[in-house]
This record gives sequence, structure tokens and C-alpha cells, in this order.
Amino acid sequence: MSQQTGEALVSLRDVRFAYGEREVLRGIDLSIHRGQVVAIMGGSGCGKTTLLRLIGGQLRASAGDVRVAGKSLNRLDTAGLYALRRRMGMLFQFGALFTDMSVFDNVAFPLREHSDLPEAMIRDLVLMKLQAVGLRGAQALMPAELSGGMARRVALARAIALDPMLIMYDEPFAGLDPISLGVIGQLIRRLNDALGAASIMVTHDVHESLGIVDYVYFVSEGRIVAQGTPDEIRASQDAFVHQFVHAEIDGPVPFHVPAAPMAEALMGRAS
Amino acid sequence: MSRTTLDLWVGFFVLIGAAALLFLALKVGNLSAASFADTYAVDVRFSNIGGIKVRAPVKSAGVVVGRVTAIEYDNTRFEAVVKLALDTRYEFPRDTIAEILTSGLLGEQYIGLEPGGDARMLADGETLKLRGQSAVVLEKLISQFLFNKAGESPTPQQ
Amino acid sequence: MIRRIGAAAVDWVWRLGFAARFMFLLLRYSGQSVSRLHLTIREIYFSGVLSLLIILVSGLFVGLVLGLQGYETLQRYGSSEALGVLVALSLTRELGPVVAALLFASRAGSAVTAEIGLMKTTEQLKAMDMMAVNPLARVVAPRFWGGVISMPLLAALFSAMGILGGWLIGVVFIGVDDGAFWSQMQAAVDFRYDILNGVIKSVVFGVAVSLIAVFEGYDCVPTAEGVSRAITRTVVSSALAILALDFVLTSFMFRGQS
Repeated sequence: MSQQTGEALVSLRDVRFAYGEREVLRGIDLSIHRGQVVAIMGGSGCGKTTLLRLIGGQLRASAGDVRVAGKSLNRLDTAGLYALRRRMGMLFQFGALFTDMSVFDNVAFPLREHSDLPEAMIRDLVLMKLQAVGLRGAQALMPAELSGGMARRVALARAIALDPMLIMYDEPFAGLDPISLGVIGQLIRRLNDALGAASIMVTHDVHESLGIVDYVYFVSEGRIVAQGTPDEIRASQDAFVHQFVHAEIDGPVPFHVPAAPMAEALMGRAS
Repeated sequence: MSRTTLDLWVGFFVLIGAAALLFLALKVGNLSAASFADTYAVDVRFSNIGGIKVRAPVKSAGVVVGRVTAIEYDNTRFEAVVKLALDTRYEFPRDTIAEILTSGLLGEQYIGLEPGGDARMLADGETLKLRGQSAVVLEKLISQFLFNKAGESPTPQQ
Repeated sequence: MIRRIGAAAVDWVWRLGFAARFMFLLLRYSGQSVSRLHLTIREIYFSGVLSLLIILVSGLFVGLVLGLQGYETLQRYGSSEALGVLVALSLTRELGPVVAALLFASRAGSAVTAEIGLMKTTEQLKAMDMMAVNPLARVVAPRFWGGVISMPLLAALFSAMGILGGWLIGVVFIGVDDGAFWSQMQAAVDFRYDILNGVIKSVVFGVAVSLIAVFEGYDCVPTAEGVSRAITRTVVSSALAILALDFVLTSFMFRGQS
């Protein structure tokens, strides 16, 4: 599955990013090829969502080069970026469905905005996409009537409405029950293979993602600290990866936020 | 709600909104009565204009025939110059007399035109030959009245 | 303390600058509101049609009160026939545009802020942006134009209802002469000077309220608390903007005349 042929669909070279003074990414290199499902893992607040936003062009890197489909995002204007985004799909953490539209209209939205297809054809396409996520029966419902897992599947159908070359997932497993979690995981894999696209998923759900991805990057403190195929990751002796995969409390990622010694705090000297 | 019902409501809304505007324009405002399509300008001189304001009506025989467009002061002759815009439908002789009148005791002030007998009619930009009759200033009237009273009062009683 | 005032002032100027840039972008991306008219029509429905009831009822009541109070004062001077003038002038010049705009800000403006703020909080705007659909063009601009179009119509309806209310009290209940009521009104109310200026006012208020509403929604802190604060800010700054603009416009329009 992870044959490294041709140019990478997404490639980042020494990418740095800072929110004002706070440096979030400190030199990231990674590349993703068509057909791959790649997971970016790391603790909360390690900069992995920022990484996804850089690839989607929502943020601009302070230094380094972000390339998607051969185009450097740093140099694209809004029109160029929008042209590129039509070939990207993104699944937001909580689905981000349009609450004032039905399930059907949500999935039809990108089609209606970006094509002049007749309504009958849009209907067929939408039903196909909904069928792919198993929710054709829910087309008339409003987003408020859906469970968390169903909403995420509708959002997935919407993300793939234009048959994108790149699909991004921001925490696709957050807050789901085990069944929905498995369903979403399988959908990500199946849809990626069916579309011949590349998928990037930002997650901290180790076990579910190791089962479906081709390659994993571990991000910590703005750097990639480990990478490899799921098998390599499971076998890794790297202290960080070991702590993460086996969910240990203390390790390279400390339990305590750095602070003055406890004794000092109790004496009332530190504040 | 389907799109057509929604369109219907919006159409209804725009319609009654326009109707309200029309009501304001025709029934409340004087668009129908006193907006003149074509006007010609005439100047009148007054030694005292009283409380006349710009846009005050100009009437002849009680009919509104124009409006005051500007009020100026002539510093060489120490007079007020009132510029009128008269409807082109109405023509007045050159020796027409303008006077400042009040509708009712406390009503608004307007300019009344009393047509003269000249054969030549007023043309655009001309000035009325005769100076307008000044406004009646209530204070002057009262003081005059009191002065006269004071002057005549001794005679009949003694 | 001084530092905090300074920081607040800088923050305020910064927001003002952002608002100006926002307005520029909004106008730039307004093309779709015209080319895809149904988006705007939808917003006219939400901001205009749904505000109809409150506008009509309030207009009627304001007219009734004006009729009663005006009669009470005018009849002392024996000029109760001027009631029509009083009611019509106060409504078309001031009360119509101003009160309708205040009601509009609290009814439709707050709803627009809430809607856009909620869409921002639930990442709907970001999702739209990621689908290569500009939220300014698709979500914000139609709501802005919907408000701008609705406002003058609502103000005209408010004035018309108010005048009918004044007529109802004055002529029907108190017994002021019907002919005098209307003819004095028509003699004193000038179309261009009074009514058109009132309409211009309501257009300006419509632009101000709609801009504040969409801006506060778009700029809100994307949390539940942030949205509720944005709604409060919309109502408060709209009211301030309306009254301040009314003063400015009035001093320009009615300076030193009549």
C-alpha cells in the first residue's frame, strides 16, 4: 500500500510556525503519497492540528515549504488556494455540519457551490455518497437529530462529495463510542482506497489508528520525534513512542507541568 | 419552509413596504400636490422678511404656485433678497406685488403674490419691479397701537 | 488603571481597523448576493418578514401615544388640527427611522450575530472555507444585504402604521376634523425634505446595524460565552450607533431650517 512512487502529494520541508511569540512547529519534514493513509500523532497541544491547518492552507508557515500537488502553498493567492481546496476534503473534529440544512443539503452543498450540474444529477451523486457512509436513509434529517457518530459520517460524505485527492481528518475518533469509532476507522480506509486519494489524520487514538494507517508520524514539541509503519511503531523502543503507545503516565512527557519545587510553593514564595 | 413560500413572503413584505412608502409620499407628504417639475426663478426685495424660511410656500389667490429657494441679504441696499422658484405653468405680470402673510394667527408664514396689470410677464432670473410688502411685525404693531392709544387717550375723557 | 484604559483603547482602535477592513472585504465579495439572489431573499425573509409583526405593532402603539400626547398639548393652544402635522413630522423625520432601527437591531441584528457566531463556534465557517467557498460571500454578505434592504421598508411601515395610529386616536376617538388632519399634514410635510430624508436615515441605520451584526458575529470569541457577549455587543453598539448617527444626520439634513 505504501509504495513510494513518483512525487509526493503532500510534502513539508523544514516547516516552522509560530503564533506570535509562541513557536508551535520547529522544523517539520514529512511527505505523503497517493494511496496512503497517514496518521500524525502526539499529545494534546503538540502542534498536530496546526500542521493540518498548514496543509489545508488555513495558516501560512513562517518558514519552510508546504507543497500540495506540486504547488507551494506559501506562494498561492486566494484564488489559487481555493482551486486547490476543491480537490481537498476535510473532516472537522465535530463534523461542522451546516445546522440550518438537512443531511442531504449538507452533502449537496459543495456540489451546488462548485458545479452547474442539474439537480437530478446532484441528487444521484449525493445519494451515492450517503450510501457509501451508510446513511442514505437519514437524508431528510437535520443535523441536530443525528448522533455524534452519524454526524461525523455525514461530514465525511460531504468531505468526499467532490472526489478529493487529499482528505484530512481532525481528530476523527474524538468522543465516539467504540462501535462508531470502528465504523469511522473502516470508512476512512475504504474511502481512501476507493478514491485513490491520500488521507492525513490527526489523532491521539493509537490503537484504532494503528490498525488502519500505512505510516505514522509522532510529533512532540513541534518536532517529529518518531516515524514508521504501524509494525515499526509497535516494536519501537523509543522512549516517547513507548510511553504514547502504552499510555504510561510518566516518561519523556512529564506528568507535571514544569514548576518550582513543591516545597517552595508551600512556603508561599513562588507564585 | 420551501423556497417558494419564502419567496412569496418576501414578495409580500417588499410590496407592503413599497405601499407604505407610497402612502407616505402621496397621502402624508405633498409629492402629489406641490412638487413642481419645471420652475423659473424670480427675485423679490423686502425691507423685512419676518419669519419666512427657505421652502416656504408662495401662493397666489391661495393656490401654491412656488416655493422660496434662498434668502440673501443685499449689503449695498440693506434689503433682503428672496429667491422664488415659480411653476412654469403660472405666469405673472412684472408689476406683481409680493407680500409676506401668515396663515392664521399662529400659522406658518408664506409669500403671497398679488398680480398687477403690466402686459409683460416675468421671465426667468428677473426681479419683481416693486419691492415686496414687508412682514407685519407683531411687536411694532403692538407698540404702534399703544403709542396711538397713549396719544389719543387724554382727549375723550377730559 | 491608566494602563488598562490604554490597552482597552488600543484594542478598540484595533477592532475598528479590522471592522473597516472587514467592510471592504464584505463589499468586495458581495457579488454573489446579487448573482444568487435567493440567498439574499432568504435573509430578507429572516430579517425583514420576521420583524414585521413587532414593527407594525410598535408603530401602531407609538402612533397612538403620539396622538394622545400631541392632542393634549396642542389643544391648549387651540390648534388641535395640527395633530396630523405633529404626528407625521415626528414619525417620518425621527421616530420612524430611529425606533424601527432600534427594534430591528434587537430583533434581527441579534439573530444574525447569533447565527454567524454559532456557525463560527461550530467550525461551520472554517469548513466552508475549506470547501473553497468563501464564508464572507456565502454567509455574511447575504445577511448584510438582507438587512440593508429590509430596514428602509420596515421604517416606512413603522411610520405609516404610526400615522394611522395617530389618525385613529385623533380623528376616530377624539374627533379632530378629518380633512384638517390630512390637509395640514400634507401642507407641512415635504416629500423631499421630510420623507426622503427619513428614508435616507433608515438606509444609513440599516447599513450600520447590519454591519455591526455581521461583524460581531464574525469576530466573536468562538465559545458559547463569546457568542452571547457578541449578541449583547450587537444590541448595545447598534443602539449607540443609531442614536449617534441620527444626531449627525439630523444636523446635516435639518440645519437651520424650518
